[in-house]
Amino acid sequence: MTGEIGQLALSLALALAIMQAGAGLFGARANGARAAAIASSSALGLFVFVALAFGALIFAFLKSDFSILDVAQNSHTAKPLLYKFTGAWGNHEGSMLLWVFVLSVYSAFIAIAQRGGERLTSAALGVQGLLAVAFLLFIIFTSNPFLRLDPPPFEGAGLNPLLQDPGLAFHPPMLYIGYVGLSAAFAYAAAALITRKADGEWARAARPFMLAAWIALTLGITLGSWWAYYVLGWGGFWFWDPVENAALMPWLIATALLHSALATERTGAFRTWTLLLSILGFSLSLIGTFLVRSGVLTSVHAFANDPERGFFILIMLALAIGGALTLFGWRAPQIGEGSAFQPVSRETALLLNNLLLTVAAAIVFLGTLYPLALDALTGQKISVGAPYFAITFAPVFVALLILVPFGPRLGWRRGDLKSALRTLAPALGAAAVVAVAIFAIVAPHSLSGALAFALATWLIGASAIDLFRRNRERALNWGGAASALAHAGLGITLIGIAGTTIWRSEATDVLSPGKSLPLAGYELRLRDVVNVQGPNYFATRAYVDAMRNGRVVATLTPEKRLYPAEGQAATNTAIRTTGFSDLYVALGDERGHGRWVIRAYINPLAPFIWFGGGLMALGGLGSLFSRLRLRTVRTAAYAAAE
Amino acid sequence: MSPKKRRRLYFAIALVVAGAGGGALVLAALKDNVLYFYSPSDIITKHVPAGVNFRVGGLVQKGSLTHGAGADVRFVVTDGRKTVPVEYDGALPDLFREGQGVVAMGALASDGTFRASEVLAKHDERYMPPEVVDALKRSGRWKEGGPGS
Repeated sequence: MTGEIGQLALSLALALAIMQAGAGLFGARANGARAAAIASSSALGLFVFVALAFGALIFAFLKSDFSILDVAQNSHTAKPLLYKFTGAWGNHEGSMLLWVFVLSVYSAFIAIAQRGGERLTSAALGVQGLLAVAFLLFIIFTSNPFLRLDPPPFEGAGLNPLLQDPGLAFHPPMLYIGYVGLSAAFAYAAAALITRKADGEWARAARPFMLAAWIALTLGITLGSWWAYYVLGWGGFWFWDPVENAALMPWLIATALLHSALATERTGAFRTWTLLLSILGFSLSLIGTFLVRSGVLTSVHAFANDPERGFFILIMLALAIGGALTLFGWRAPQIGEGSAFQPVSRETALLLNNLLLTVAAAIVFLGTLYPLALDALTGQKISVGAPYFAITFAPVFVALLILVPFGPRLGWRRGDLKSALRTLAPALGAAAVVAVAIFAIVAPHSLSGALAFALATWLIGASAIDLFRRNRERALNWGGAASALAHAGLGITLIGIAGTTIWRSEATDVLSPGKSLPLAGYELRLRDVVNVQGPNYFATRAYVDAMRNGRVVATLTPEKRLYPAEGQAATNTAIRTTGFSDLYVALGDERGHGRWVIRAYINPLAPFIWFGGGLMALGGLGSLFSRLRLRTVRTAAYAAAE
Repeated sequence: MSPKKRRRLYFAIALVVAGAGGGALVLAALKDNVLYFYSPSDIITKHVPAGVNFRVGGLVQKGSLTHGAGADVRFVVTDGRKTVPVEYDGALPDLFREGQGVVAMGALASDGTFRASEVLAKHDERYMPPEVVDALKRSGRWKEGGPGS
């Protein structure tokens, strides 16, 4: 029954999406009020039916209904309840349904909020409707999650154990809220071009969606990086893996977009550029979806290697990006100029920010796609490793981070660089002191370490000064506090990255029980290795005593797990954190006679990486809140005036 | 020059400078940091010199795995025609098995041994690294429905 309900809901959702697309585009015309209203109600209906389909799939997973092929292939009765639930999107079909579900949520919000007027809303809903039609067709024809299996098997095939993890359970929804959130910015940009109203209004209307997308991307990337850190057992937090890059590229463009849209809505500057960035951001989301889902890349994320699906996504990609860019090329020359600004001004700071972020995104794009292009053209198999990204990405980001603190201290249209420098002087001084201290004492002759910590001090110090000054001038608002918080978060993440990179200690050895391994002041003694049984796995668990001065300060229990249903293995590292430093132990393979490989790291300041990511997201939330509050305040003011 | 035009000029100059600088950096870095993939046969036919980093892939030859005193191991990678001995010091991945697919990253020493800095294996029973599949196909040892497919 569940399968039929889901199937029916999907078909009805497709019909409503077609209606939303047609009515939305029709309602964008001057006298299309009626069509606009239809588009809005279609969007709400779309949300209801996609939610119903998605709910049906989750229900089938929770009930382990193996008469549905997707459930049989990706679930198992012995799986813990949480992973039955999250397993609904831990596979290709379910994840595409999640994609459309998030899209329908955004459409519903656009329809309810009606920001930027009826015509703009209607056109935006029309564009979102087109996207929904494309993805629903994709699901129904190539990736139907409700296909039946007759006869149903007694037991399912299980879920990739790497995905059976609390950190990863909520990483895909987070990332999708980000990816698809950029579709709202894309839809508003296209709507502005369609209705020929490309002033600041559309950017104001789209801003909450851009912010929501950016916050979700930030959190999604932070979660993914944290997961890689403790599951992969290599002690690293970022591997420049193509699937990581697929999320990083939209994040970089979304960050640029947030900043350029700020200028567009405030003074009307960069209006054409902001439109282009909106299109680019969502294009990269689609490219990311294609890279990750089509099986071009082999990884945890590539659920299915089906060329038909890859081809379908490629066509959608070409239509969406090509269509939007054509519209842009056709209408953009008619867009008027924004107001002028001086070379020293907030606009210039934002311009440089955008330039550097776009260059950074281009660097990642090239490094990610070059091996794929080379393989397709010549059959030569290569990979581009971390050194490439370190050499190219780092200088661009250093330049960006040096410039960040100036932006908030410069005025719109015309800024005063001297006064900004005077204000920021204490932060500059602190950065210089930190640089000297690191270089001379803490990490002698580490030029990059000195630079990184100086930059972090500069960012955090400048944010503190900014907050302090705004408060003293009684000009502290949510927006100002939010940008200070996000910029400080960037500095804190930088501290984490620099700390683990410079001061990491690592030791690997083969130990039999009772033997120990020295690591940076600790003595790690393997007490015992035992076999334990989990709900759906068998584990080999090591007890490792971390000793300092002959005293046991902690016992860590790294595991290797074997999931018999899936025939897969996973490593569970043990991490003991003080908040400032991580002691990280992974259990390797057995080397005969009860001897085991133990790999251990001390990662100083590693927790700061994710703490900073969280702070950036919090900054984004503050900015989002300032928007919503501003609107309520304004509405209240209008009501009072009338 | 009107302020508008001047602004555009600044923008164009900044764009060209950033573009050229970034482009030069990127191309230089790409040239030096690309890792090629070779099968054991490729190593011999392409005369890969010692000291150059690359990735090698194939099957771990049955009975070739030996442990040293510490965390060091030696094993032989084969594509069915040619073999290359591999040395590695560290933990082996969860599904590293004799007779199964493996990809190692590192460089050849002067004695022809491959010194690996990283060893990757397939992460589940069904999956085979695509490069390994390709190497086996080229050496004619790949059977559809055979090992790993």
